Amino acid sequence: MSAFSEDVLREKPSEAGAPVLVRLPPHLVVLFPGADRRVSLTAATVDEMVDGLDALWPGMRERICDETPAIRRHINVFVDGRRAKLSTPLAPGSDVFVITAISGG
Amino acid sequence: MATKVFILIGTRKGAFIAESDASRRSWELRGPFCETWPTNHVIADPASGTIYAGGGNEWFGPAVWKSTDFGASWTHSSEGLAYEAGQEPVKSVWSLATGRDGSLYAGVDPAGLFRSEDGGQSWTHVDGLQKHPTRPEWNAGGAGLILHSLVLDPADANKMWVGISAAGVFATEDGGATWETRNRGTRADYMPEGQNYPEFGQCVHCLVMAPGGGGRLYQQNHCGMYRSDDGGKKWESIEEGLPSSFGFPAAVHPRDPDSLYLIPLNGDIKGRFMPEGNTAVWRTRNAGSNWQAKREGLPQGDAYFNVLRQAMATDTMDPAGVYFGTNAGGLYASTDEGETWQCVAPHLPTITSVETLVIER
Repeated sequence: MSAFSEDVLREKPSEAGAPVLVRLPPHLVVLFPGADRRVSLTAATVDEMVDGLDALWPGMRERICDETPAIRRHINVFVDGRRAKLSTPLAPGSDVFVITAISGG
Repeated sequence: MATKVFILIGTRKGAFIAESDASRRSWELRGPFCETWPTNHVIADPASGTIYAGGGNEWFGPAVWKSTDFGASWTHSSEGLAYEAGQEPVKSVWSLATGRDGSLYAGVDPAGLFRSEDGGQSWTHVDGLQKHPTRPEWNAGGAGLILHSLVLDPADANKMWVGISAAGVFATEDGGATWETRNRGTRADYMPEGQNYPEFGQCVHCLVMAPGGGGRLYQQNHCGMYRSDDGGKKWESIEEGLPSSFGFPAAVHPRDPDSLYLIPLNGDIKGRFMPEGNTAVWRTRNAGSNWQAKREGLPQGDAYFNVLRQAMATDTMDPAGVYFGTNAGGLYASTDEGETWQCVAPHLPTITSVETLVIER
C-alpha cells in the first residue's frame, strides 16, 4: 500500500502522444496493494484510461465501473475540470481526477 | 492441538472476528476488516478455515473478501460478479455459502445467484434463477430485492434453496438450471383478502435447514414462523406460543433437528423491537410445538434494538453455543444452548450477520 506522495508517479510507456495524469482517491488505492494515488498513462478516452488502470492493478475496472457499462453512480471522473463519461475523449496531457461522492452514515 | 472458536461478524462498517478457546468464556475481538466496507455476511469454509466476507460499497460496488489466515490479511474480488451489460447492476453481496464440492455461492442485490469454483477469485452467474417465469413480478422488500438466504443440501450438490425478499422461497434440484417456488402454506398478510397464500411474493426473512438430512427447513417470515418436513414443498405454522409472528433471524441447533432459535419482535408496525424492550431468544426443543423465552444475562427493560435476519447463529460445540448481534452493535453469546447469556462486545457497528467457525489448530 502506498501513501500519497508527489514524487510517486507510475509511468506506463506511451506508444503515441503525451500521457494523461490520473489522480485516484485513497480509499480506492488502498484496495490494491502497490497502487499509487497518481498514475500517468496513455489513453484516448476515459474508458481506455480505466482499461489502463485495470491492466496495472487487475480488478480496478470493477471498482470504478458497473456492468451498464458506466462509471459507478457515486463516483465522478473529472477531465480538465469537467465531469466526464466513459466515452469522454482525453487529450494528451489531460488532468484526470477520479473522485468519490460524499456519502454518510 | 487446541480447539478454537471464532465468531464471524458482519457489520455496516466492516467485518470483525471474535476468538476464544473451547470454554468460550473470554473473547478476543479483532477488526474492523474489509476496509470498513458495509459487510452483509461473513462465513467460513469449515474444511479449510478460509473466511469469506460479502458486501458492497456505495462507491465501488459488490465484492467478496477472502482471508486464509483467520483475518490477518484479506484480498477481494468481484470478477464476473455482474449481470449482463445493460441490466440493473449488482449493488452488493448479501449471502454466502460453501458447498461440500468446493463451490462457493453468493446471493446478491438485486436478487440473483453466482457461483465460484476457484475460492471466490472469479464468479459465474447461475442464471437459471433469473429465468424463472415469475422473475418480472418479483418485488423488493424493505432492504431491497435481496437474495439473503442460501441453503445448500449437505448431501446433494444439485439441491439448493434460496430466500428472496419479497419473492419467497425457491428451490433447485439440478444445480441451479431450473427452479420452482416453495411457498405453499406461508402467508402474505399484506395482500388483499383472499390472496394471502400466493404461489410466490411472500416476504421470507430467513431460511435455514435443520441438521440430519431429513429435508426439514425452518423459516422466519414477515408473516409468521414455519417448519417444512419435505424440503419446502409445504409449510406449517409454528408461531403458536410465541409473542408475535414477526422477526428476522432463525438458527438451528447443530445436531438436533427439533431445536430452533428465534427472536420475535413486537410486530412490523410498532418499531420492530423485542416486546416491552425485554431481550429474549425463544427456543423450541420439539420442532415448534412449544417455546421457551431465554433471557438470563440479556438486557431487560428499555432495550430498543432488534436483530437482523442473518445475525444469529449456533456453533458446533457440545453443548452448542448460540450467538446473536443487534442493530445497536451488541454481540451476545450463550455457551449452554441458550440458557444463559453474556455480552461479548457491546459497541460494534450495526451487526448484519453472525456465523461461527470451530477448528483445531
